[in-house]
Amino acid sequence: MSITVAGKTIETDEEGYLANRTDWSEEVAKEMAKADNCDLSQNHWEVLNFLREYYDEYQIAPAVRVLTKAIGKKLGPDKGNSKYLYELFPYGPAKQACKYAGLPKPTGCV
Amino acid sequence: MADIEAPVLGEYQIIPKIKLGTMAGSMPYIAKPDIQAGVGFPKELVPDWENVAVKKLGEMVSESRALQVFLDSCVKCGACTDKCHYYLGTSDPKNMPVARQDLLRSVYRRYYTFAGKHFPKLVGARDMTKDVLDEWYNYFHQCSQCRRCSVFCPYGIDTAEISMAAREIMDTVGQGQKYCNEVLIKLHSIGNNLGLPGPALANTLEGLEEDVKDDTGVDVKYPVDVKGAEVLLVTPSADFFAEPHVDGLIGYGKVFHAAGTSWTLSSHASEAGNFGMFIGSNKDLHKVARRIREAALELGVKRIIVGECGHAWRVAYSFWNSIIGPFDFLDQRYPIPQHICEFTYDLIQRKALKFDKSANDDKVVTFHDSCNVARASRMGNMPGGQFIIPRAVVRASVNKFFDMAPETIYESTYCCGGGGGLLTDELLDLRIKGTAPRMQAFKEVVEEHGVTHIAAICAICKAQFTKVLPYYKFPMDTIQSVHGLVSKAIRLGAVNE
Repeated sequence: MSITVAGKTIETDEEGYLANRTDWSEEVAKEMAKADNCDLSQNHWEVLNFLREYYDEYQIAPAVRVLTKAIGKKLGPDKGNSKYLYELFPYGPAKQACKYAGLPKPTGCV
Repeated sequence: MADIEAPVLGEYQIIPKIKLGTMAGSMPYIAKPDIQAGVGFPKELVPDWENVAVKKLGEMVSESRALQVFLDSCVKCGACTDKCHYYLGTSDPKNMPVARQDLLRSVYRRYYTFAGKHFPKLVGARDMTKDVLDEWYNYFHQCSQCRRCSVFCPYGIDTAEISMAAREIMDTVGQGQKYCNEVLIKLHSIGNNLGLPGPALANTLEGLEEDVKDDTGVDVKYPVDVKGAEVLLVTPSADFFAEPHVDGLIGYGKVFHAAGTSWTLSSHASEAGNFGMFIGSNKDLHKVARRIREAALELGVKRIIVGECGHAWRVAYSFWNSIIGPFDFLDQRYPIPQHICEFTYDLIQRKALKFDKSANDDKVVTFHDSCNVARASRMGNMPGGQFIIPRAVVRASVNKFFDMAPETIYESTYCCGGGGGLLTDELLDLRIKGTAPRMQAFKEVVEEHGVTHIAAICAICKAQFTKVLPYYKFPMDTIQSVHGLVSKAIRLGAVNE
């Protein structure tokens, strides 16, 4: 499978996650979100940027609790919870946000 | 939420009329060549795969008397037909356990029985063809290996064993399942199903220590790789990552703290789960389990305790001793292995823990027996301990508890709908339909007793319910970890009196 961003074809897996993480750009994220009828707001970007930073350091997406804590610090305590993250990413913050951020899908019993 | 319609729940569970082929299109992604190779299976369908499959089946039958008995002894009595949650949820007759077994049995008969060799049509024997293989792939991935059907089979035929055997054959010929095999690659290379490396684990645990300190004022530790600790805790890696799993992990730490027992996690064996069982691969089952023995020896622990993971407890309780034993290096005065619920229950019995149940007064709780715990293991030293002990732990933590209907719990428990290697997004339709009988029973206690939450001791159940509950109009946080309830109610030291 693949997506087309600014005329360039980018390879993804069956579920739309990037095959190569280096193919990521902000435009790729926007294109993926558009396919899900999702408009990326500044708050979405706070989550995506944190995911990418965390992944660069630890080679894995952050645990849900690590993510909610970090977002609470950035956007205010009323937004530091998974309910808010599900409002931003209704398909599940761990999976949908990882996809837009160009990270691999979390696997296992999650 | 994906756009999938859940079955409408009625007043009580009905047995649906059959609808042929409704789930014929349901299948998980096939593993790509690199994933197949990563677990040591052929990258794609091997040349002459039909004969390879038949030969493999013959070897498995000759090595496993159980498998042979299961394939030989069905008398088509029909007792199993309405017992599978996937049949009840999908109406597809191929999800009747007998029909699922027959997918493999028909090939077995064709090549390994006199009647099947000479009069195949008379005995429902089939040649091994691509259509048959594809049908296996679809319907053996609509079995969560929960073994509810085997409870009702007068011969005790275990469909889970048949489904594991079929998956092993499919891997052997090169048609494996992406989800399970990808998870196994991460386990073998990193040590857990998530692929959570040691530094990320340490960072996550540090965060938990801070959170618990903020909440309780107490320095509860979540140690990793501590040599000389009394207890090695192996728990599903989802406990580090997901909700409500992590609440359970926080609870284990508080119980160890209150008991004054030194404990540690291991970054080498940072997973209790063992997907080797789901795909029927003995090689992987052993290899995954061996990490735990290695970690226990390396860290010099005296006891091994298993966290809230259903199939891990089956593997630990029923298989560990023969596949990674003997455990002569552990303290023989304690159960080997021990379940975290047994550990907490023992402390409760000795009145060594203090609870304020009113901390959970916002909840009316029921308990979902996870299939592998219920039907493939035991806890404590009394018959039915695996049912009694987790409930006793819940009841010590909450004031309001009600069980679901008796035919849906204990050894007759319904699967959550996501077990046995099916917890993957492309099977969401199946998972939503398959959880219908459990949701039916849950809805009844919600309406009758005002139940608000359902507690479980399995990472798969927790992830599955989080995902599927909203399709039945229940909030996703309806599902709780048993030790998450413990965590809320337990009082630690003077600060929390």
